[in-house]
Amino acid sequence: MSVLIFVENWDGKFKKLSFELVSYGAKLAEMLNTEAVALSIGNVINSELEKLGNFGAKKIISAVNNSINVFDSEVYTSIIAGFAKQEDAKVVVLSHNNTGKAIAPRLSVQLKAGLGSGVSKLPQRIDPFMVYKKVFSGNAFSNLTINTGIKILTLAQNSFELVETPNNSIINEISIDWNPSSVKTTVTEVQKQSGKILLTDADIVVSGGRGMKSSENWGPIVELADLLGAATACSRPVSDEGWRPHEEHTGQTGKIIAPNLYFAIGISGATQHLAGVSSSKFIVAINTDKDAPIFSAAQYGIIGDASKVLPKLVEAVKVVKGI
Amino acid sequence: MKILVCISNVPDTTTKVKFVDDKKKLDTAGIQWIINPWDELSLTRALELKDDTTNGVQSVTVAHVGLIGAEPTIRKALAIGADDAIRINADPSDAYFVAFQLAQVIKSEPYDIILCGIESSDFNGSAVGGMLAEFLGYPSVSSVSGVGIVDGKIIINREIDGGKEIVSVPMPVVAIVQKGIAKEPRIAAMRGIMMARTKPLRVIEPFEVESLTTVINFEMPTPRAACKFIDAENPRQLIELLQNEAKII
Ligand SMILES: Cc1cc2nc3c(=O)[nH]c(=O)nc-3n(C[C@H](O)[C@H](O)[C@H](O)COP(=O)(O)OP(=O)(O)OC[C@H]3O[C@@H](n4cnc5c(N)ncnc54)[C@H](O)[C@@H]3O)c2cc1C
Ligand SMILES: Nc1ncnc2c1ncn2[C@@H]1O[C@H](COP(=O)(O)O)[C@@H](O)[C@H]1O
Repeated sequence: MSVLIFVENWDGKFKKLSFELVSYGAKLAEMLNTEAVALSIGNVINSELEKLGNFGAKKIISAVNNSINVFDSEVYTSIIAGFAKQEDAKVVVLSHNNTGKAIAPRLSVQLKAGLGSGVSKLPQRIDPFMVYKKVFSGNAFSNLTINTGIKILTLAQNSFELVETPNNSIINEISIDWNPSSVKTTVTEVQKQSGKILLTDADIVVSGGRGMKSSENWGPIVELADLLGAATACSRPVSDEGWRPHEEHTGQTGKIIAPNLYFAIGISGATQHLAGVSSSKFIVAINTDKDAPIFSAAQYGIIGDASKVLPKLVEAVKVVKGI
Repeated sequence: MKILVCISNVPDTTTKVKFVDDKKKLDTAGIQWIINPWDELSLTRALELKDDTTNGVQSVTVAHVGLIGAEPTIRKALAIGADDAIRINADPSDAYFVAFQLAQVIKSEPYDIILCGIESSDFNGSAVGGMLAEFLGYPSVSSVSGVGIVDGKIIINREIDGGKEIVSVPMPVVAIVQKGIAKEPRIAAMRGIMMARTKPLRVIEPFEVESLTTVINFEMPTPRAACKFIDAENPRQLIELLQNEAKII
């Protein structure tokens, strides 16, 4: 028996979310009295793989094949399903990110295993197996039982603390073979934005809304983000107006994020916006309107004009950082 | 070429959700039902593709698994411009059940492009599209932010961490869409509303399959503590609170 954790790599490296996932899987394995097995697909060096052991993976499978160079949901599903069977996995854990959302439902059908998507806690009970997940875009939660022998879970990002439990993990490198013609996805072009902190990875996010009035007023937002090592974001009207790029739009129809700290500046806090950011640990709101709904979601608020408050805030951060 | 748009019927996104029956059921009193926002955008994009006759799209069909109460939502999709609709007459008990129903219908009447949304705004499952593709053995592309047709082939933009990729896949394909697929949802015009009444809406009885998951009950989020206000003249105090109280910077 095992809990199988699929850990994605980015150019051969893992991220905080990979370690969250392994921490979660290891705790779950404890609940089930079994072992956590981490599965990595693609070329990752051993010193990087070993890091997964520090968060409780007993065994680390490194599945390699030099022709895996595009992400194809069918191929990844088959590989993971194969290891799930080999390792007699009772639960397969993936991240609730782009990749996990692409694979988990396919895996659910292939293994005939019920899916709990976007879970944010360990199961409340294991018999019956009951998970807790967000519904109505964060306006409620549901307790859901998974009624099959094997279960698939996707873990909401930034919802589980890292738990370091070093143990003597073993690394199994396995070369997998499959027919390259079964890869149906062809990538014809890649456009990467480089040198920027990814919105979905950021611990701190500084976000602006229509209250910023125009794209020219974004300077202090970008400066504040740079000072804090934060990513920048915006509300939907801002990206619709073209003041900021579409990748920055957060909310129900944009990116759903859960940073430790979210600055909402000149954002009213419509339910569709909150749907994307309400899982943030702390929200700071800056708004001229004391009745703006964002203040009900925020822990800290400043009632005031962003064009006056922001420069002062930037100065205050500089003082604290000794700049 | 034929396009199928799978639509889910959800409470208006501003609904203040409430539960009844010991928090086991959604209180549907007073709820306005809408086409799931992603599906509305998928439909818009499908119609744009059909409008450009060089693409060779013959028809745009919408499919929904749900009871008769969802028909106004389906009619709305027809009013926006879908050519015809299919309703599979069952209470959608879980994503596995829904995807199985859709797969059976598609097996008997194939489509070249099947569009699903990344998630329904009610149960946030992010599941039906991928499950449907697996039941059918079709390729699926997820995080889709653009769909085009070039020389009879489908070209898809997908979001990856920190960028975009342009990919091609053989049809039939399930594209699971998110932001960017269309800008604004298309709105039904008066003429469309009139025409929708006579467009075909076929009702199909459900196929036998079990659900793999069961919703036991709902909980409301724990209310956040009241907001602490900081003087606009003194943002320094905010930084101190973030450092010493929240301990995050
Ligand atoms: C189906 C659907 C999906 C949607 N999805 C999303 C989504 O994913 N993300 C999203 O963001 N929205 C989404 N929306 C739109 C959402 O309903 C709101 O319209 C939007 O979030 C408002 O953006 P805003 O807060 O920037 O602008 P506004 O609501 O116009 O708010 C501007 C705020 O700035 C304040 N302000 C004005 N001047 C200043 C100043 N000088 N200094 C400080 N504050 C100032 C005002 O008091 C106000 O609170 C969606 C809507 C629908 C119908
Ligand atoms: N009852 C349904 N009938 C038809 N399509 C659905 C239904 N439920 C979900 N879908 C499709 O699957 C997508 C993802 O939904 P979900 O997996 O429920 O989050 C939606 O955007 C729809 O395209």
